[in-house]
Amino acid sequence: MYRYILRRLLLTIPVLLGLTVIVFLIMSLIPGDPALAILGSYATPENLARLRAELGLDLPLPQQYLVWLGNILQGDFGRSYTLNRPVLDEVLERFSATLILAGTSLAICVVLGVVAGIVSAVRQYGWADRIITLLVLIGISVPAFWLGMLMILLFAVELRWFPVSGMYAIYGGGDLPDLLRHLILPATALAVVAAGVIARLTRSNMLEVLRQDYIRTARAKGLDERRVVFGHAFKVALVNLIPVIGVQAGFVIGGAVYIETVFQWPGIGRMLVNAISTRDILLVQGGVLVVAASYVLFNLCADLLQHWLDPRIKA
Amino acid sequence: MMAFIRLLARNRLAAFGALMLLLLLLLALVTPLLPLLDPNITDPANRLQPLFSEGHWLGTDQLGRDILSRLLWGMRISLAVGIAASLVAALLGSLIGILAGYFGGRTDNTLMRGIDMLMAFPYILLALAIVAVLGPGLMNALYAIAIVNIPFFARNIRGATVGIAHREFIDAARLSGKGNTRILATEILPNVLPVIVITLSTTVGWMILETAGLSFLGLGAQPPQADLGSMLGEGRRMMINAPHVATLPGLVIFILVMSINLLGDGVRDALDPRLKSGALSRPAPMTRIRRHESSGAAPQKSRDTALLRVDDLRTDFEVGRQRYHAVNGVSFTIQPNECLGLVGESGSGKSVTALSLLGLVASPPGIINGGDIHLHSRHQPSRDLLSLKPREIRHIRGNDVAYVFQDPLSTLHPLIKVGDQLVEAIRQHQPLSHPAARELAVKLLGQVRIPNPEQRASQYPHELSGGMRQRVGIAMALANDPELIIADEPTTALDVTVQAQILSLIQHLREEKGTSVLFITHDFGVVSQVCDRVAVMYAGRIVEIGPTQEILDNPRHPYTQRLIDCVPRLGEPDHEPAAIPGLPPPANALPAGCAFAERCDLAEPRCREGNIELIATDKERQVRCIKPLGLTAKISEGIEHD
Repeated sequence: MYRYILRRLLLTIPVLLGLTVIVFLIMSLIPGDPALAILGSYATPENLARLRAELGLDLPLPQQYLVWLGNILQGDFGRSYTLNRPVLDEVLERFSATLILAGTSLAICVVLGVVAGIVSAVRQYGWADRIITLLVLIGISVPAFWLGMLMILLFAVELRWFPVSGMYAIYGGGDLPDLLRHLILPATALAVVAAGVIARLTRSNMLEVLRQDYIRTARAKGLDERRVVFGHAFKVALVNLIPVIGVQAGFVIGGAVYIETVFQWPGIGRMLVNAISTRDILLVQGGVLVVAASYVLFNLCADLLQHWLDPRIKA
Repeated sequence: MMAFIRLLARNRLAAFGALMLLLLLLLALVTPLLPLLDPNITDPANRLQPLFSEGHWLGTDQLGRDILSRLLWGMRISLAVGIAASLVAALLGSLIGILAGYFGGRTDNTLMRGIDMLMAFPYILLALAIVAVLGPGLMNALYAIAIVNIPFFARNIRGATVGIAHREFIDAARLSGKGNTRILATEILPNVLPVIVITLSTTVGWMILETAGLSFLGLGAQPPQADLGSMLGEGRRMMINAPHVATLPGLVIFILVMSINLLGDGVRDALDPRLKSGALSRPAPMTRIRRHESSGAAPQKSRDTALLRVDDLRTDFEVGRQRYHAVNGVSFTIQPNECLGLVGESGSGKSVTALSLLGLVASPPGIINGGDIHLHSRHQPSRDLLSLKPREIRHIRGNDVAYVFQDPLSTLHPLIKVGDQLVEAIRQHQPLSHPAARELAVKLLGQVRIPNPEQRASQYPHELSGGMRQRVGIAMALANDPELIIADEPTTALDVTVQAQILSLIQHLREEKGTSVLFITHDFGVVSQVCDRVAVMYAGRIVEIGPTQEILDNPRHPYTQRLIDCVPRLGEPDHEPAAIPGLPPPANALPAGCAFAERCDLAEPRCREGNIELIATDKERQVRCIKPLGLTAKISEGIEHD
């Protein structure tokens, strides 16, 4: 067990390094001169040269990478020139807002998806299965940004149940109930697609498991159907579903980009879109790196969890 | 190809999707020919016209441009970009997948590590990073989405390629001197094409959605060019005053993607052989029983002491329009403390008979189509098992009647400790506390001679040896002191010494507890060790039944004779174990007369006619043969005497 964890942790290091290489390469491919971007077009050649030397841009690429990596490891992601503050501060602040949204959304989609999938499998070809299959199909076909807009129009503008956008009310907000009120619509809109995928995979997984011999054994013992489905079949299906949920977390974080734009949520997705439009490369770099690294770590946790739940691979 | 299209057409949802998609594609193609307003002509005086206004069916946008015209032109672009991105991703991804799968080794490692790196990024994030480098624009969005989707193709196609790269026909092609390129193009590609098509049909919708998404964020199509996504993004600003400007493009994206996904699901179902057979059907909690009315022909006779009486049991498997008669009119009884052997080749219907007794045949496709099963347990009046409610059957399962299955690795739950599996079986039928049940479980494990039962109880099935696992299976069957144990090939998966141990254990428990046993096996050697009586099954029917020793000494049915001859005999080197030539008849096309006639040396024309009944040859023996072995003389003698 501990050896597996250790090995898995060690294996994560090259993946994280690989991420930094990709992000570094992508960013160094960008045409144009960062020094020029920072100083503006009125910069003197001497100033440009000095800044380039300061930024290490006159070094060969591998050396640049090492310098950059060293800075990253010390938490120095550079300064955002549009916001004029350290990239890391901005990224962490924005990312925590995204985590609140994406985390809630992931919880919603796992619960919805798993429940729908189980019902669908247990009532295979029944009306509940048909309705769920249809809803799932709609869920995975609907553009999340459009669904978000429709939800705003219906629940915020028309019915006035929820605020239109933002994370906190501008006046007198800031407490937890206020956050929840702002959270429900975007988290639900964001959950729909992943819930559809999870429901589908839960259904097929449950059907697969329910055909196994040990399920027949459970029935031969005289267990009632509830025990057979939840105590025996779901136990195995859940273990199989954990990596799926890990992958879906990536889709949820990605989808947050749209939802944050629609709902004006101050998360990292919106920050990235703005940074791309304003060519704030360091901000893009830092944002992408932090999100990707946390996604890798999340999947690491999913792996370890699956490993912990499944005694068969505890070798 | 035709079969594929037919399958697709039969799936009504997929056909609907295909129709919708065809319509939209057609609309996109003829858009330039339609009498539409120019999508880019602005008319500030007529901005934000509502739906159905004059000259503008779907109103106008913030610059007074005709929405209908913009929708159709936008859909053209969205479709073109989405399909182009899919093709690029399919091409590059398939190439990587085929190369990695075919060459393996270092090529595989390098390529797939790269793919893994791409997949380490959350989906959209990578696309954003790529757009950040290339700059916003429709083509750049196309590249970004294509790159992001390459891993899906690479992984799926690599898997498919690995599956066939070492098959005989590839080796043959290599030996015939074909180069790698030719093998890849002529042998590998056609075989992995279905996988490419499945992956493509399930990702096109996604890619259209994602390109629209990038445009929505303002990173795709740039004005004045507009696809559906960017229309939505621009319209979002007047969402509250003029919701139709943004909602209509979204609706079109939704319908487009939905019809593609409907079609994609249909394509996947039609191409995926695993789904074709209906293998993914969920077995119901109890086997379906059709039109069963207790025939009344088998009421409990006053002096009938039988624990179990089965009469004319019929279990079929219905797959599509085919009906397979797995159990075709089987009757037998089991007395208290008796062990009845049920012998036959695989597919003879013996396991299905056993599973039918408590409704454990997977259904669909299984269905019990007739017969009576009466159980007369100690403290209960005789019950007709086929007319009981599921709740009542559950009360009998594992309590009055328990099963021991063949392969204990697949029949024990892999993620539950064996002790807990036992506790669960005990507590389902006995009102014991958890600690008390646990104590009993450990005791049971001791009874089946598992050393260190206390410690074993906290282990998982995979941590035990095959023999130990089967002992656990037996302990579980014993948990509630059943009157009948149905042992379905309990020793087949075990090696010979363990087999002998398990047999003697069953024998011992039977003597000690007075349990009856229905022992299913294909091995007459095993039968002779444990069974009092034996019933021989062939093609879903009992062909001979009687006391074990008498049948072994003097088989009456030619099939029984052949089965006995299959067993090697210790100390008789001259005895050649003889396999039975031929195969049993298919269960969906059973011949008239004797089902064994085709394989029988002694068959004559009248063996293939009518229905051959099971006839009693003496008090305890019955055989289904018109000229039973070693009997012709006896019967004629009898007739002469009368």
